[in-house]
Amino acid sequence: MARTLLDKVWEAHTVRTLPSGQTQLLIGLHLIHEVTTPQAFQMLRDGKLKVRMPERTFGTLDHIIPTADQTRPYADPMAEEMAVHMYRNTKDFGLPLFDMSTGRQGIVHVIGPELGLTQPGMTIACGDSHTSTHGAVGAIAFGIGTTQVRDVLATQCLAMAKPKLRQVRVEGALAKGVYAKDVILAIIGKLGVKGGVGYAYEYAGRVIEHMTMEERLTVCNMSIEGGARCGYVNPDATTIEYLRGRPYAPAGAAFDKAAAWWKSMATEPGVAFDDVARLDGGAIEPVVTWGINPGMSVGVSQKIPSPDAQPEPERPTFREALAHMGFEAGQPIKGARIDVAFVGSCTNGRLSDLRAAAEVAKKGKVAKHVRALIVPGSQQVAKAAEAEGLHEIFQAAGFQWRKAGCSMCLGMNDDKLQGREMSASSSNRNFIGRQGSPTGRTLLMSPAMVAAAAITGAVADVREILR
Amino acid sequence: MSPTDFARRQVTGRGLPLPGNDIDTDRIIPARFLKEVTFEGMGEHAFEDARKQNPEHPFNSPAYKGASVLVVGQNFGCGSSREHAPQALMRWGIRAIVGGSFGEIFFGNCVMLGIPCLVASQADLEWLQKAIGRAPQQPVTVDVEKQEVRFADRVIKATVPDGPRNQLVGGTWDSTAVLLEAGAAIEATAGKLPYVRGF
Ligand code: SF4
Repeated sequence: MARTLLDKVWEAHTVRTLPSGQTQLLIGLHLIHEVTTPQAFQMLRDGKLKVRMPERTFGTLDHIIPTADQTRPYADPMAEEMAVHMYRNTKDFGLPLFDMSTGRQGIVHVIGPELGLTQPGMTIACGDSHTSTHGAVGAIAFGIGTTQVRDVLATQCLAMAKPKLRQVRVEGALAKGVYAKDVILAIIGKLGVKGGVGYAYEYAGRVIEHMTMEERLTVCNMSIEGGARCGYVNPDATTIEYLRGRPYAPAGAAFDKAAAWWKSMATEPGVAFDDVARLDGGAIEPVVTWGINPGMSVGVSQKIPSPDAQPEPERPTFREALAHMGFEAGQPIKGARIDVAFVGSCTNGRLSDLRAAAEVAKKGKVAKHVRALIVPGSQQVAKAAEAEGLHEIFQAAGFQWRKAGCSMCLGMNDDKLQGREMSASSSNRNFIGRQGSPTGRTLLMSPAMVAAAAITGAVADVREILR
Repeated sequence: MSPTDFARRQVTGRGLPLPGNDIDTDRIIPARFLKEVTFEGMGEHAFEDARKQNPEHPFNSPAYKGASVLVVGQNFGCGSSREHAPQALMRWGIRAIVGGSFGEIFFGNCVMLGIPCLVASQADLEWLQKAIGRAPQQPVTVDVEKQEVRFADRVIKATVPDGPRNQLVGGTWDSTAVLLEAGAAIEATAGKLPYVRGF
């Protein structure tokens, strides 16, 4: 019988079936960061447990680090304390840590693929819901909680139930000014924020097949926003070329053997999925969220929908969203005034994202009332961008050029919204309070759209600027 | 500790209705409270911003003080994987949750803490939330084993998938010990993987 990548990866990593009926699943790559791990290490110490396979866990610093002045000790004593714990925990348990001195530090979901740690056919876990990102290379990757981080450290395993599989096919071709971010926002808009609960998503179809690896990473990153704990793209020539030469990828003859194994893990033709969803890529326009979850979105030429047009149980959330955002039903999203523009995050903080934003930034200057930040996803992204002079383009246009980290995606450092500020953001969550101010407001969109909003001072249609 | 100490066959306590769909983990505990290296202080920050912005928030209501069974809407706990969210609820006093559906990582985190999350129909949830509102002192029983919730003289169906149910009822939700039992089979599985063994 034809098998899916999910079937093959699951089978290869199954240690045994647990008495509960779940699978004891071996985790091939474990990534850790400073916010969701200190308690897990404490649990190890309390239980007198060791790390089972220290060579399969890698750490970085991303969530709390400042992106302006990174001199230690950090100005925020709580951030400093978390960093100190991360250094101590990784040292005590013998785990590598990609800190600033390595030149490889960055957002955990940016550096995994960038360093070639993330490979096809692996199971990958991290105490972070956007671990789904790594599925772009053909891995089964999912976010876990802190107690599960303890389990992976202590046993290299997790107790998991195998998800169902939905293939999401995006056919056709994207128009100019439409990016991977618009594709995933359109998918979430169609299938809903809980449509993926219980499922893994296999992204396929012509649009996905033609995407670069960085674009696929953007799509898989937001699987969780659609409720799917993991999402993947089958490994193909794009995957293999992406991995060639990366520091942790196999080299020489081993690379060819690896490539053959990677390809053998792809879903076979003729598989029956639990469900299939289809989208026409050609019909997607630049997408902007107007509400308080990532499913509340419209095309940039559209109007904000009315709660009355929604099914009854959805109406209270819609009304709450309009009230929080200060929008009226029927109002066009284009022209909504912004105060802050943020390009960065594990969704859109890679080199191609910065290039797309820079192309737009060249066309104008940041509006006077707008505070605009560019935060590269990793030190390596920053270095590559600087080598191309992107930082100069941004600075000349009035954007701040920062150091790598999560930054205003979740506002755990100094990069926060103030009061009710409205932010045009290339990140992944528009939840109330997400960007650091309890009353702050977030509009999610592609990096090019963020840059367009920054120079316009309001939500704009990037297609008109690029014309 | 024997497994019986961990068994979560049923939870009985006063109810706390929290209407609304898509309540995400950023709402349950905003990120600024995550700058802690322990979970100890999380309880006091549960829904902190929502409580400050809305004096009528159910977590502010004296009527629900001491409640331990949370009754929510659809897609509760979506978003971030932060275990700080169920930790905050647990330390606030929540011992079981009944809702329409749950964010998957949140659900798993709750199991790891021994907090059962049961799924009931929209109509039953609305009834239960209203009924608790009318009689907040009356206990709710969440029966994990029988997959039902009892309140006053009414019984509603509330499900939890087999795997987590077995873990909760059997007291094996504290998974490290269970996973360690696999012993050398863990290394054996790893040793067969080409990327571990070497290509
Ligand atoms: S960039 Fe945002 S979503 Fe990504 S890991 Fe950091 S905080 Fe999480």
